[in-house]
Amino acid sequence: MSYKVKLEVFEGPLDLLLYLIKKEELDIYDIPVAKITDQYLEYLELMQLLDLGIAGEFLVMAATLIHIKSKMLLPPDQVEGDDKEEADPRAELVRRLLEYKKFKEAAVELHQMESQHKHFFARVGVTVPETKTPAPDEYFEASLFDLITAFTKVLKDIPREVFHQVVKDEFTVSEKIHDILHFFVDRQSMFFADLFKKARNKIELITIFLALLELIRLKEVVVVQSATFADIEIIKNAEAIKPADGAAQSQ
Amino acid sequence: MERDEIKRIIEALLFVSDKPVSADTLQDVIKGVESTEVRVIVEELNGEYASSGRAFRIKEIAGGFQMMTDPVYSQWISALYKRPADKLTGPALETLAIIAYKQPITRSDMEAIRGVNVDGVLHTLEERMLIKTRGRLEAPGRPILYGTTTDFLKHFGLKSLEELPKLKEFQESDLDFVREEKTRQVIDKETGKLHETTIPDMITEGTKDDNRETAPQS
Repeated sequence: MSYKVKLEVFEGPLDLLLYLIKKEELDIYDIPVAKITDQYLEYLELMQLLDLGIAGEFLVMAATLIHIKSKMLLPPDQVEGDDKEEADPRAELVRRLLEYKKFKEAAVELHQMESQHKHFFARVGVTVPETKTPAPDEYFEASLFDLITAFTKVLKDIPREVFHQVVKDEFTVSEKIHDILHFFVDRQSMFFADLFKKARNKIELITIFLALLELIRLKEVVVVQSATFADIEIIKNAEAIKPADGAAQSQ
Repeated sequence: MERDEIKRIIEALLFVSDKPVSADTLQDVIKGVESTEVRVIVEELNGEYASSGRAFRIKEIAGGFQMMTDPVYSQWISALYKRPADKLTGPALETLAIIAYKQPITRSDMEAIRGVNVDGVLHTLEERMLIKTRGRLEAPGRPILYGTTTDFLKHFGLKSLEELPKLKEFQESDLDFVREEKTRQVIDKETGKLHETTIPDMITEGTKDDNRETAPQS
């Protein structure tokens, strides 16, 4: 199965948490709070670094997670004469996650029904405008989070450099776009990790990543994954690649 | 009117109609048939189509009947009619699911479930005529209530809202887990560090709480 990445309306903190739970194979009924809080914050940091406009809800959730974590560290209140033990501080969050998950699953079923029903045709009333449809192959939306996951790996792999010299090393996004397109002149595809092989520092990595996002937005390339959490491949979008100097203006 | 004649009239009407026709409408138009009988006649027609290998059947959808082609021919039809690809995105489907199951529902209740702002998605869904406003809630602010439309049923091939798949309900009792009292270490007087050794499970691995009922597989 291949699917394309669609970068669009950012989903929310509950989405991210469910994604993390799935990815790390955590038990939703028994969430390891410290672990998930760390990962959540790591993601937020990366999103901020990439200037991806974090909505307030993400920050509220960060605070909530930290609050839960701290509550779990403290002894429960011993109320005089009250035999009831204190509720698990995670309970409310888990309830919200389960509630949301319910509808996420319902949405998947609806999607399947939609796909099946698309094959039934009835008499057409209004004249259907003849629009050229984009390639109708099955695509599964991988979220922006998958790209970020892959990018996190790349970031971790870069050797820690000691900066002993302040060099004004400015990489612009348009330069990197140019580089990537140049790479695709005689190639059809490349792996995500290969894109970053020559980068020397964090800033360069980020610039390359932004260049990739821009190219995806411009539909110059598409990004696919053969299975969940598999390696990401970048493929040239055959119609759109222009000769080298054409892309330089896109900054 | 002869029953056979009524059958053919129904067939003609459904052949022509570009939207589902309800049994009641057929009764009004033909005047010689009860709406209950309509379903029987439709089944007879479908029987005829099946035995003569026709490329279409009469389907029941969105509260009415409509002739629809057999799905095996969809690629041919798509070659003839270039229909714009109008599949819905993830967030749109999720919001739509919430509205479908909980209608009528306000925007803020939707947002409480999804954890994000739904304005953009609501706009898209309204434009596609899959949802509509259904009055206002009698509460402070009188917020607008939303519900799904007939087009929603048509889009997903549903006869009615009853045909929506059942939600996978989790048990409220699953959330009744309670934290055990674990002995706590406080700040180590020598190192000034907080000992976490007595509470590691709870924080990094979750509680291994025996009081809790077994959770179903998620």
